[in-house]
Amino acid sequence: MRYNRWFTPWVLVIPALTWLLVFNLWPSINTVILSFTNARPIGGGTFVGLKNFETLLHDEQLRWALLNSVIYMVVCLPFLTVFPLLLAVLVEKKLPGITFFRTAFYTPVVASAVVVALIWQWILDDRGLVNGLAEKLGVISGPLPFLSDQWLLLLSAISLTIWKGLGYYMIIYLAALGNVGRELHEAAAVDGAGPVRRFFYVTVPGVRGTMILISILISVSALRVFSELFILSGGKGGPGGRDNSVVMLIQQYSQGFEGNLGYASALSIVLFFVTVVPMLVLARLNRRGAEA
Amino acid sequence: MTTVTDPARPVVKETSGPPAGRRRGSFGFNTVSPREKVVRYLLLVFVLLITIGPFLWQLSTSLKGSGEDIYTRIPKLLPAQPTFDHYKAVTDTIPVWDYARNSLVVAVLVVGGNVLGASLAGFALSRLQFRGRKLVLGLFLATLVLPGEVTIISQYVTVREFGLANTLFGVALPGMIGALNVLLMYNAFRSLPIEVDQAAIVDGANAWQRLVYIGLPSVRGTISVVAIFAFIGAWDDFLWPLIVLTDPDKYTLTVGLQYLSGTFSNNPRLIAAGTMIAFIPIVIVFATLQRFFFKGVEEGAVKG
Repeated sequence: MRYNRWFTPWVLVIPALTWLLVFNLWPSINTVILSFTNARPIGGGTFVGLKNFETLLHDEQLRWALLNSVIYMVVCLPFLTVFPLLLAVLVEKKLPGITFFRTAFYTPVVASAVVVALIWQWILDDRGLVNGLAEKLGVISGPLPFLSDQWLLLLSAISLTIWKGLGYYMIIYLAALGNVGRELHEAAAVDGAGPVRRFFYVTVPGVRGTMILISILISVSALRVFSELFILSGGKGGPGGRDNSVVMLIQQYSQGFEGNLGYASALSIVLFFVTVVPMLVLARLNRRGAEA
Repeated sequence: MTTVTDPARPVVKETSGPPAGRRRGSFGFNTVSPREKVVRYLLLVFVLLITIGPFLWQLSTSLKGSGEDIYTRIPKLLPAQPTFDHYKAVTDTIPVWDYARNSLVVAVLVVGGNVLGASLAGFALSRLQFRGRKLVLGLFLATLVLPGEVTIISQYVTVREFGLANTLFGVALPGMIGALNVLLMYNAFRSLPIEVDQAAIVDGANAWQRLVYIGLPSVRGTISVVAIFAFIGAWDDFLWPLIVLTDPDKYTLTVGLQYLSGTFSNNPRLIAAGTMIAFIPIVIVFATLQRFFFKGVEEGAVKG
C-alpha cells in the first residue's frame, strides 16, 4: 500500500464512524444518563437519582408488557424456526415459476408492519373475513373479539408476526441450504432414505448453525415488537393497557405533556437486558452444541 | 461478469459461499418425478394463498362500491361494482400524496447515505491497512447486539438538540449509515482476491482508483441488497417517524395511515384504499429488483 497517503483510509471511514459515534455509541451512553433524570419531551430535566428505577418496580403496565413479551417469544420461537425451514425446502428446487413463488412468499416481509396490521385488523374485525367465515361454517355462534379481548388480541398480534416473518427466515434458510452438500443427500438417497428421513438426518443438521442464529433473531424481534400490537390495539395497548409491549411503553412516554424521557430511558435499559439474555443463552447453547 | 473478481468465488480468504460447480454433476438426482411435482405445486399454491390472500382481500375491499355489502357472510373476492372512488376519497380527506412524497424523501436520503457511506467504509476496512482498523471494525460489530429501540429515546434527544425534531431530515439522519450495512460491504469487499489489488498497486493504482475500478464493480450484488433493504426499511419504518414527527403535514405514509385508520375506523373501504397506496409502490420496487436481491442472497449478503 505504498501509494497511500496515511489519511486516505480515514477519509473513507470517517463518515461511517461519525454516524456510529453520534447515532449509536453516544445514544447508548446517553440512555443511561437520561435514565437518572426526569427529562421531558420538550426539553430540560434534572437529576432524580434512582427514582425512575423505583417506579419501574411498581409499574403494573411494565409487568404486563414483560409477560406479553415472554409469551410472544415462546409462541413465535417454534413456529418461526420450523415453518420457514419447510418453506425453504419447498422453494429450493428450481421448478418453473419458482422465482414468482419466492418473491410472493417474501411480500409480507417487504410490506410495512403498519400496512399488514391494518389489513389484519380488517380481516379479524367483528364483521370481518375470519369471523364471517367461521360463523357461516357454524364453528362459532357469535363473533370472536379478536381485537378487544386481552388474550385474543395478543394472540392475533403473534399470528401476524409469525405470518409476516415466514418469508424473512425462509430466505436466510434458503441461503444456508445452498451450503448443505448435495453429495450428502445423494448418499442418503442411495442408502434408501426417503425425503422425510433425509430432511431430519441431512437437512436439519446441515442448517443447525443457521437455526440457532434464526432463533436468536426471532427472540430478539419478538421482544422488540411494536407496530403489530400498536396498530391492532388502535394505539391503546388493549383493555386496561394490558396488551402493551415494552417498546410501546417507551413510545408512550416519549410524547406529549405527560411524557417523561427519563422514565422512557429507564424502560429502554430494561429492554436492553431483556433482549440480551436470550441472545446470550442461545449463543451459549450453540457453543455447547458445537462442542458435543 | 469479471471472472477474477466474482465475489461468489473467493480465492484467498475463506468464506462460507458454496464452491463453484457443486450443483453440476449430480446426474438424475435433480429430476423431479411428476407426482412430486404435483405435490410441490399444490403446496406452493397453498402457501401462496396464505401469504398473498390478505393483500388480495384488502385490494378487493378497496375496490368494492359503497352500495356493496362488504360484511356478507359469504365473502366475495371480486367486487360486484368495482370503483376507484375510495382512492379519490382518501386523497381528498388526507394528503396521501404529500405523505408519499415525505416517505420518498426519507427513503432516498437513507438509500444514498448507506450506499455511499457503507461502501467507502467497508472498502477501507477490508482492503486498506491502517492503524486502528481492528478497533473501528470492533466498534461496528459491537453495535450489532444493540436493538435500535433501546437507544431510540436518546437518539430523539440528539436529533432534537440538532434542531431537527419534527423535520423529515431528522427522520432520515440517524439511519443514513447503518453499522450492519458497513459490515455487509466489508464482507463483500473482503471476498475479492487480494492478488487483484496487488496487481493494481504494481500498476500504480492508488486507493481511490482501486475502489472505483476494482472494488465497486465487483460488489454490485451486495450494493443492491444494501440499497433495497435501506429503501424498504425507510419506507416501512413506523416507530421512529412516529416519535420524531408531530405535525400532520410532515407525516410519512406509515404514520399518516395510522392517523387515517384512527379517523375513519368505520369505513374499511377507505382504509383499504389507503393501505394499498402505501403497499403498491414497495411491491413494484421489490418486484423490479428481486432479481438483484436473490442474487445478492446467493452471494452470501444475507447471513445474519
